[in-house]
Amino acid sequence: MNDVLGKTCPVIANHIKIALVGQPNVGKSMLINSISNAHLHVGNFSGVTVDKTEVLFDYKDYHFSVVDLPGTYAFTDYTIEERVTHEYLCAESYDLIINVVDSTNLAKNLQLTSELMSMNKNVVIALNMSDEADKEGIEIDASYMSELLGIPCVKVSAVTKMGIEELLEAVIAVKEKVVQSSKLIFSEAVEEEIAQIVWYLDKHKYGAKNSYRNVAINLLKNNKRTYQRIHDNPIWTELQPILIEASKHIELHHDSDDIKEAFAEEYASFNRGIVAEVIKQKKQEEKKTLTEKIDSILIHQLFGIPIFLFFMWSLFQLTFEIGSIPMDWIDGFFSWFGDIVGSTIGNDDIRSLIVDGIIAGVGAVVLFVPNIIILFIGIALLESTGYMSRVAFLLDGFFHKFGLHGQSFIPLVTGFGCSIPAYMSARILKNDRDRLLTLFIIGFMSCGARLPVYVLFAGAFFSPDMAGNILFAIYISGAMIGLVAAKILKLTAFKGADEPFVMEMPKYRLPSAKLVWHTVLTKTMMYLKKAGTFIAAASMLIWFLSNYPKNLVLTQEYQTKIEQTQNKSEKIILSNKFEEAKLEQSYLGTIGKFSEPIFEPLGFDWKMSVALQAGLAAKEVVVSTLGVLYAVGGDVDAKNSSLIDAISKNIPFASAISFIVVIMIYLPCLAASVVFTREAGGIKYFFYLLAFTSITAYVMAFIAYNVALFF
Amino acid sequence: MENMTLVDCEKTSKVKVIKLTAKTDLKQRLISFGIMKDAEIEVLEHALAKSTIEVKVGKMRIALRAEEAKLIEVEAI
Repeated sequence: MNDVLGKTCPVIANHIKIALVGQPNVGKSMLINSISNAHLHVGNFSGVTVDKTEVLFDYKDYHFSVVDLPGTYAFTDYTIEERVTHEYLCAESYDLIINVVDSTNLAKNLQLTSELMSMNKNVVIALNMSDEADKEGIEIDASYMSELLGIPCVKVSAVTKMGIEELLEAVIAVKEKVVQSSKLIFSEAVEEEIAQIVWYLDKHKYGAKNSYRNVAINLLKNNKRTYQRIHDNPIWTELQPILIEASKHIELHHDSDDIKEAFAEEYASFNRGIVAEVIKQKKQEEKKTLTEKIDSILIHQLFGIPIFLFFMWSLFQLTFEIGSIPMDWIDGFFSWFGDIVGSTIGNDDIRSLIVDGIIAGVGAVVLFVPNIIILFIGIALLESTGYMSRVAFLLDGFFHKFGLHGQSFIPLVTGFGCSIPAYMSARILKNDRDRLLTLFIIGFMSCGARLPVYVLFAGAFFSPDMAGNILFAIYISGAMIGLVAAKILKLTAFKGADEPFVMEMPKYRLPSAKLVWHTVLTKTMMYLKKAGTFIAAASMLIWFLSNYPKNLVLTQEYQTKIEQTQNKSEKIILSNKFEEAKLEQSYLGTIGKFSEPIFEPLGFDWKMSVALQAGLAAKEVVVSTLGVLYAVGGDVDAKNSSLIDAISKNIPFASAISFIVVIMIYLPCLAASVVFTREAGGIKYFFYLLAFTSITAYVMAFIAYNVALFF
Repeated sequence: MENMTLVDCEKTSKVKVIKLTAKTDLKQRLISFGIMKDAEIEVLEHALAKSTIEVKVGKMRIALRAEEAKLIEVEAI
């Protein structure tokens, strides 16, 4: 059986492909980590918009591949995640489903299980969190449950690794079997209608892969796929009136005009029956659970928001305080590495390309990795403890006023670190319109790479004790502009009914170090890989534009001049002038001169215009470009006092203000724009973003410039 | 008299769902969270100005906006 059936992996005799399905927050990812302890191979392959993860490992004589599907409450296709999972389960080929359920909340979890049972697939149920259930005094009779459902149920605990082997044995046993027959039983009224449709299908020998019973259930549930298939069959004309009649009966029985609601009630009563049979609650439930006690403080009407703000403040303090420690080392490493590599290359141009272009550019990105790691750890902690949903609960009222969703705050906060992970984390928003709106706003949260520009300008125009406040004001006003922009977009481009806010508040859990480490590692590697490749390319482009075309006459002229002078400071001034002249006639200089008229109303000279445009590649480049352009040598950072002097001497105050406004608002860097385009789902959104941010930046800067002229 | 909805309930009160008046999508969502006819709901917490409320259905805690809570008709138990 070596033919290529599945596109993702070759199907061989003892290969078992498993789809891991469960409701959100039941510990699927934990379980997958426990099963495949060795982490033999974890590969990401992206689905439509949300990533599914596939893990490969061996057990006994079998090759396992487990696809970890996004959590889903039911097959309602309400969110992107649910759509991905539903599509996968219906369309892809796999051997069986492991349905992970939370033993401490069986009744709710079985809702999804009963939907899986009408899919005609082999299922194994993993009763996860058995250790927690024990502690809560919940006793589940797994073998009786297996018998009742006709599905093997295995007690496991991803945390203590209990029952993992039994689970795999059950999977192997099921794989060898033919299709299980589900024991899902409905109320008499529904069973009657099912029996009639089954009888009809049987009479006409309707050819189906699925059992007649399941076809009947799907027809009654208005399943689109089943309808499409049977619609072209001649029996449809006779079947349709039977179906309409059957639906009427069921709806009457349930006193509802919604067949799906009726079926949900059917499932619920079946599940109640199962739960009543298999669960023995030994201890009486405590009046107030620990989660409720914590919640009464953390989502307190008055204290909730201040507590949250304190957490966020601490996270940012940590991000910048601890993050800045290794920055010097990284900076040192890259300049050392650049020198080492540079000394081995003979050709001047190639050396310059590699050292000044690629290594310097990539180094600038790697520089921010410590900040990013700390921010990711903080966010992973917030997520895995269950606090994130509480914050969404607290902020929804405020955000809703601006047309944003409570859950928008996660990507927006991430945006203060770096826009790239922020764009990716916007996926947690269920509704496309809310997600797009948030994507458009993220850029207003000033990312870490813009900080050097702010530091430079605040230092140049304000006294040191004021500079800190100015910095804070810049960040806050950016966020405020973002909120107002959200409101404007919501009233114009993203008009429409407000999306409902219905969200589970999961139990508080102690975060697992392994899971946090895993998440942070994957995200950081993604940042390094994606941003690194784009930045490397952008750096090469900027390097090229600022170094070409070469002008030999100019070079010779300055070289002789520099050689002739004996005075050391004179020499430095001359070589800076040489740099400036070289730059002025480079492609970059030409572009700057060409675009100067556009930026004139904002008070920019051609140098500032060029720096802004260079900032389109990466915001870090703005400072180094200004440094080169204001002729203080290429090696500058924000702390370089001579650059601060040059800026305060050469740039008028009003121009500086409008420059900061543009930096705050205009298009994020190239790498972020690429990620934005991918997340938004099309190149047209990039052009919307370009137009939106450019116009906003231009108008705001124009106003700021003219106001500042009065001072 | 208008029917009582979830948004009218005081903190710590327990109620039973009579009817969901939400549109299909939202109704499905509520049902998948266990908010359906005859389900018992306990109101746990209100956010500022009652804009968002937290309820408990079975063992699950759910947050929803006042707008959504209005679409859940309940009666006291």
